[in-house]
Amino acid sequence: MTTMTDPHHQGGFKLSMLIYDSRYRSITIQIVALIGFLTLIGWLINNTGQNLADLGKEPSFGFMTEGAGYDINQRLLDYTSTDTHLRASFLGLLNTLLVAVMGCITATVIGVMVGVARLSHNWIISRLMAFYVEMFRNVPVLLWIVLAMAVMIESMPSPRAFRGEDPAATMSLFDTVAFTNRGVYVPEPLFSNSLGNIHLFGTSSLRFDVSLDLIVFLVVFIGGLLISRMIGKRANATQEKTGVRPTVWHIRLAVVAVPTLTVLWALGFYLGYPELKGFNFAGGTHMRNSLIALWLALSLYTAAFIAEIVRAGILAISKGQTEAASALGLRPRRTMSLVILPQALRVIIPPLISNYLNLTKNSSLAIAVGYMDITGTLGGITMNQTGRELEAILLLMLVYLSISLTISAVMNWYNNSVKLKER
Amino acid sequence: MIAPKLMHADEGQPPSLKSSRPQEPEENARNRAENQEEVIMKKTVFLGALTVAGLAAGASAAATLDDVKARGKLNCGVATGVPGFAAPDANGRWEGFDVSVCRAVAAAVLGDSDAVEFVPTTGKTRFTALSSGEIDMLARNTTWTLSRDVDLKFTFVGVNYYDGQGFMVPKDLGVSSAKELDGATVCIQTGTTTELNLAEFFRANNMSYEPVPIETQAEALQQYNAGACDVYTTDASGLAAARSTFEDPTSSVILPEIISKEPLGPLVRHGDNEWGDIVRWTLNALIAAEEFGITSTNIGELSAAAGDNPEVNRLLGTEGNLGEMLGLDAGWAKAAIMSGGNYGEVFEKNIGENTPIGLARGLNAQWRDGGLIYSPPFR
Repeated sequence: MTTMTDPHHQGGFKLSMLIYDSRYRSITIQIVALIGFLTLIGWLINNTGQNLADLGKEPSFGFMTEGAGYDINQRLLDYTSTDTHLRASFLGLLNTLLVAVMGCITATVIGVMVGVARLSHNWIISRLMAFYVEMFRNVPVLLWIVLAMAVMIESMPSPRAFRGEDPAATMSLFDTVAFTNRGVYVPEPLFSNSLGNIHLFGTSSLRFDVSLDLIVFLVVFIGGLLISRMIGKRANATQEKTGVRPTVWHIRLAVVAVPTLTVLWALGFYLGYPELKGFNFAGGTHMRNSLIALWLALSLYTAAFIAEIVRAGILAISKGQTEAASALGLRPRRTMSLVILPQALRVIIPPLISNYLNLTKNSSLAIAVGYMDITGTLGGITMNQTGRELEAILLLMLVYLSISLTISAVMNWYNNSVKLKER
Repeated sequence: MIAPKLMHADEGQPPSLKSSRPQEPEENARNRAENQEEVIMKKTVFLGALTVAGLAAGASAAATLDDVKARGKLNCGVATGVPGFAAPDANGRWEGFDVSVCRAVAAAVLGDSDAVEFVPTTGKTRFTALSSGEIDMLARNTTWTLSRDVDLKFTFVGVNYYDGQGFMVPKDLGVSSAKELDGATVCIQTGTTTELNLAEFFRANNMSYEPVPIETQAEALQQYNAGACDVYTTDASGLAAARSTFEDPTSSVILPEIISKEPLGPLVRHGDNEWGDIVRWTLNALIAAEEFGITSTNIGELSAAAGDNPEVNRLLGTEGNLGEMLGLDAGWAKAAIMSGGNYGEVFEKNIGENTPIGLARGLNAQWRDGGLIYSPPFR
């Protein structure tokens, strides 16, 4: 027993024990390594600062408040070339978030459908899905983005083709939607009795307008949904108690539809249609080809990964569950939605988080198709016009880090709420 | 590239790293050149920024000349492909108006106009490449502006082409003036002064437009030809170059408005004035050669012995010690001129009226002929 322990030194602690005494040795090594690491970092930082100072470019973030001077085509908020670089970066950030959110939603929907379909007993469907997954997973996403853009540009008609007596192209869907190689023009919702906007943050670079119409609409719509859900719950309770389910679908539909339609009528809702005017279509909402290409490519690419995660999640649920469900008389579709998927979610969520993060980070490839995300504004034009490479890159890293950590936090919270509660 | 630099730190040299680049053994320098060849094409802006951050140890110090001599090659930043200005020919050899400046400098410094490593840069990557030391000089139709000189810390050594920003539109659009472009979709190369001029032009004329930012000229032309943008805007010379590559060059028109002054010229980093002088006077030598009638055909004769014109003698090294002052051989200017001819020859060969680009001399004629091309005296 005593052979493995160190001999006790008479006379207490000696410096040599830091190396020869196994009680202290590991700590000594760790401290030395830490000091070495910090020295290296310190040297890098110091050297950087020194080099930049020698170049006469002391790190400073003052450039963010200078005028940007360039225009941004996709603006979710008002912006002119006289605004600051900060404003331009902010708009870029919103564009990044827009494509990330749109991408995450479509990728999830497509991914779940493909993942389930790949397990189908139908040979053709499962093979087709396998083909899709392998195609997208094994080709770099940048190529898909560029391909999607090239297809958009080359295969769609330009707005010029819509002009003239006998145009080569016409608008689709009862003359409401125009597919062009500059993007898709769709009708936009407008209000003739608009309530106006709320202006947040005054005239600063982060000023933000929120449409009151949208808020009112959302409040009424979500309120309707909540009431409808309460009615549904009460119907469930009645069914539990009496065994007879009262017919409530028309009431549920009415509490959502009637107030929503009333609000829309009161606000004077109408659709603004795109029409050919000058060089381009005017009116309507312009979904730029760069946005569509980026969104499609990112969604389809990430969906291929999500499909595999979903498939793995479903396969992780033992076959006994399916058999038990059919023994209870559940049809295959209900078995999937009521028994398998809820359990599979616990396996699916954690890797899903990392795919959302990947999609968000991959959106920085936007510059390949000229989509003005934050990499295109702050990390592109602003950096180039001001020559502040280090500062711009640091800010950019900070932004992506914050976005990723936020997504992680939200998804972890969701994961905790669905994971197996062990009591 | 990182490893050798970090090793210096271990050898206890960080102070000298900060102030001046330590003398490296020749073998080390050669390795570095090879490494650079490998990474040059793949360098991104980010890597460039990191290079500025951590490793641009000698950026501020002098000795670019020594580096170039040790390497045996000049790293010259050019465009990714603008016909007439900088583009590889069918054999992969870089040719063009800007390329000729690189070749002239390489000839003056190393005596070999082929001792150039051409580094294709985009509008976005060019400045990072130069300030990080990845390239020794930039000859990439770059506009001389105050902020680039003062804030970005570059020295423009001169102007080799006086240009201005123009617009190109398809003929069948029926546009005859840039003032009629309200609402148009405009393709621009991002990261250029073009972008800022464009915003100012449309704002000043109270017109709206839809910018489509593009990385390279090739991508911009793809969109332009597919009709995804109505207008392509860049320097008028660039438009002429682009139009020359079209299947039917007459299908597009260049609008009469020139909305900016774009003096294009080669540039170097701040902090190494000796190197800046070499590039500046190489360019001036080409210009002066045209003025004095020194061409690639008669230069052998003129440089054989001192002639009647003392300035020609000084330029060609048969009199005085101008080369020595620059730290070069006496025959530096002769080598530079022989690499592609004088300024006028270079112009005619690459972008002149007999080439597909078809640019007239215009502002770029010698000052005696009413242009702005003018070299200070060689004295």
